Amino acid sequence: MLPLEGITVLEFAQFMAGPSAGLKMADLGARVIKIERPRTGEAGRQIALKNLFIDESSMVFHTANRNKQSYAANLKDANDLERVKKLIAQADVMTHNFRPGVMEKIGLDYDTVHSINPKIIYGVVSGYGPVGPWAKKPGQDLLIQSLSGFVNLSGNAEDNPTASGLATSDIFTGVHLVQGILAALISRTKTGKGAKIEVSLLESTLDIQFELLTTYLNDGNQLPKRVKKGSAHAYVAAPYGLYQTKDSYMAIALTPLDELVKAMGLSLPNQFLAKETWFTERDAIMDFLREHLIKETTQYWLDLFEPLDFRVSAVFDYKTILDHDAYKVLKMDQDVETSDGIIMKTTRCPIRIDGERIFSRKSAPKVGEDNGLIDNEFNLN
Amino acid sequence: MKKPLEGILVIDFSQYLSGPSASLRLADLGARVIKVEKPVSGDMGRQLYCSNVIMNGESSMFHAINRNKQSYVADMKSAQEREKVYTLIAKADVLLHNFRPGVADKLGIDFDTIQSINSNIVYAELTGYGKEGVWKNKPGLDLLLQSVSGLTQLNGNDGAGPVPIGLAVIDILSGAHLAQGILACLYRKLTTGKGGKVEVSMLESALEYQFESVTCFFRDGGQPTERPKTNSAHAYLGAPYGVYKTKNGNIALAMGSIPFIGELLGCLELLNYPEVDSWFSQRDEIKGILANHLKTKDTKEWLAVLEPADIWCAEIMDWKTLFDKEAFKILEMVQKVQMSDGYGYETTRCPIQINGAWLKSEKGSPILGEHTEKINTEFA
Repeated sequence: MLPLEGITVLEFAQFMAGPSAGLKMADLGARVIKIERPRTGEAGRQIALKNLFIDESSMVFHTANRNKQSYAANLKDANDLERVKKLIAQADVMTHNFRPGVMEKIGLDYDTVHSINPKIIYGVVSGYGPVGPWAKKPGQDLLIQSLSGFVNLSGNAEDNPTASGLATSDIFTGVHLVQGILAALISRTKTGKGAKIEVSLLESTLDIQFELLTTYLNDGNQLPKRVKKGSAHAYVAAPYGLYQTKDSYMAIALTPLDELVKAMGLSLPNQFLAKETWFTERDAIMDFLREHLIKETTQYWLDLFEPLDFRVSAVFDYKTILDHDAYKVLKMDQDVETSDGIIMKTTRCPIRIDGERIFSRKSAPKVGEDNGLIDNEFNLN
Repeated sequence: MKKPLEGILVIDFSQYLSGPSASLRLADLGARVIKVEKPVSGDMGRQLYCSNVIMNGESSMFHAINRNKQSYVADMKSAQEREKVYTLIAKADVLLHNFRPGVADKLGIDFDTIQSINSNIVYAELTGYGKEGVWKNKPGLDLLLQSVSGLTQLNGNDGAGPVPIGLAVIDILSGAHLAQGILACLYRKLTTGKGGKVEVSMLESALEYQFESVTCFFRDGGQPTERPKTNSAHAYLGAPYGVYKTKNGNIALAMGSIPFIGELLGCLELLNYPEVDSWFSQRDEIKGILANHLKTKDTKEWLAVLEPADIWCAEIMDWKTLFDKEAFKILEMVQKVQMSDGYGYETTRCPIQINGAWLKSEKGSPILGEHTEKINTEFA
């Protein structure tokens, strides 16, 4: 039995942060119903990577919205709204990411929803929090990475600010939303009361920088400095970083510099003997290592370092890792199938429960695909 | 404010960042977290995983990760001390660890043993690469997971080689997934009495993090990841998506119509790209044009034309700039915490708001073994 079996989630949320939270709850056993505007559905259906579409909706939409149902409703229509309110009365959780004021206008703000269903957990995703001078600014992933300081941590010293090339802010915000919602569900088992859970992309993106921000706040506000080359962390000493080898690249994580150099058959130059220099002289030390690591292949170095339990690895692209036995043994991918019979291969939930992986063949729904079923089941007409 | 996990007891054997970041979240949500640490050295994160900044004898990282927790020292290799820990576990709701496969068995905290002590506990374990397969004994460090999972191929420009994300993103994400699994099983425990076992590996978390681009790879017949030549912020998105230099700083542009942006910016060359498909297929060309044009004026001037037109754009800020903004200040994201010896420090708070209130806590990180005696008495 999956842990969230019996929980019904209504997802008004669009794009990535909210829907990725809905997906996680669905995989953990909840029934997730997307409430979408008729015909066009949620806006994320048209957001595509590489212009890839599965049916009338994009591959990205299908990735974040599998294992859900869809109920089409025009929230500006009194009859539809009435049906949605009846559904809310029977749900455990609802989520949305409308800009401040929108749900108030529709009449599905927290106070109203709470009066319909005092046990509901009401989750809200915003860009910058519900109030303040930025409350109405668009909260988009890259923008939040850009103004939260996150982009100043990656890449080399001379590079432009470097964003992570995926929706990091969205994904963590979604993860935090799930955490808040589940905690509130736990609390509800004792109090019988629902709650409002709010997360924002800005706060979540600051949260993932918590170690570095704590460093910044307590070292007299020194801004992060990226190393000249091979940068992997602005606050960790050499040898931490990526290095070119004769045929490829290699990652070296937390490994004592003196032991590493010794294993390479070299002696550590005098000016780097003091451990403090491993941070302050990072660029020079990494230059020294680079000069030698480039002479042999990645495999040569791995064969040398791995038996010593040094924290090193090769650097892979998708083709290499997805062909690797270490990947295959995970059984990390699955096929989902649309109601039209289109099959899409995607990843599964990364959490195993009671020793079992969680698979689900159910794809993302078409807009309104489940209206009939839900009208009947929840007595909405 | 009553926090949602009040009354929940978590016994945490995990070290470094991945597991401890999960228990930090549980602590902030109201659970009582007891770190069980080995004598003398304690959590390896106290010494081995360090920034250049030492605060009150330990790394700034440790203080960030382990505030709001208690510390109990026990040598799990001593039968007598192990029994005491079992007494704790018998009363706990959650146990978590992030040892490499096999170590938990040696320490007597494997799933079967724990089940026999407390049959409805939520037992959570975090590994680097799962417990089966050729990599099961490889060290699970963040940078290695970024490197093997394809993540370093997504960031930076084409030709730059692999570019990691400059913080321990996989540690933090796998910890967050572990917390999700724990919370889901706690819910089940409270409603049905059945605890559960939660397993997360950093490799699975790293792959799921990339679910959009991995699915894309499956879908497009395994095309190699190709990053834009310049101004990259996403390998799979078209122009203008990226970060650009201006006369005095940097600006980020997310999705938007190229000709429309061209009009707004007075960059007529961009009117030559009316086809939506071209924004992806000719993104290098378009980005080149944009990059040249955006260099000519200050960030503020560009924002003044783009923002009113609802184009998704932002100024690149460092922490100093951001912290001075009213929009940041009202979030009260920074909190002051204090250790039992009086040492105080600033750190960030939990990002989740419940019923309009932030989850704050004034408790700093514990000194090694600080609560051992008190806990022995309390649970005797």
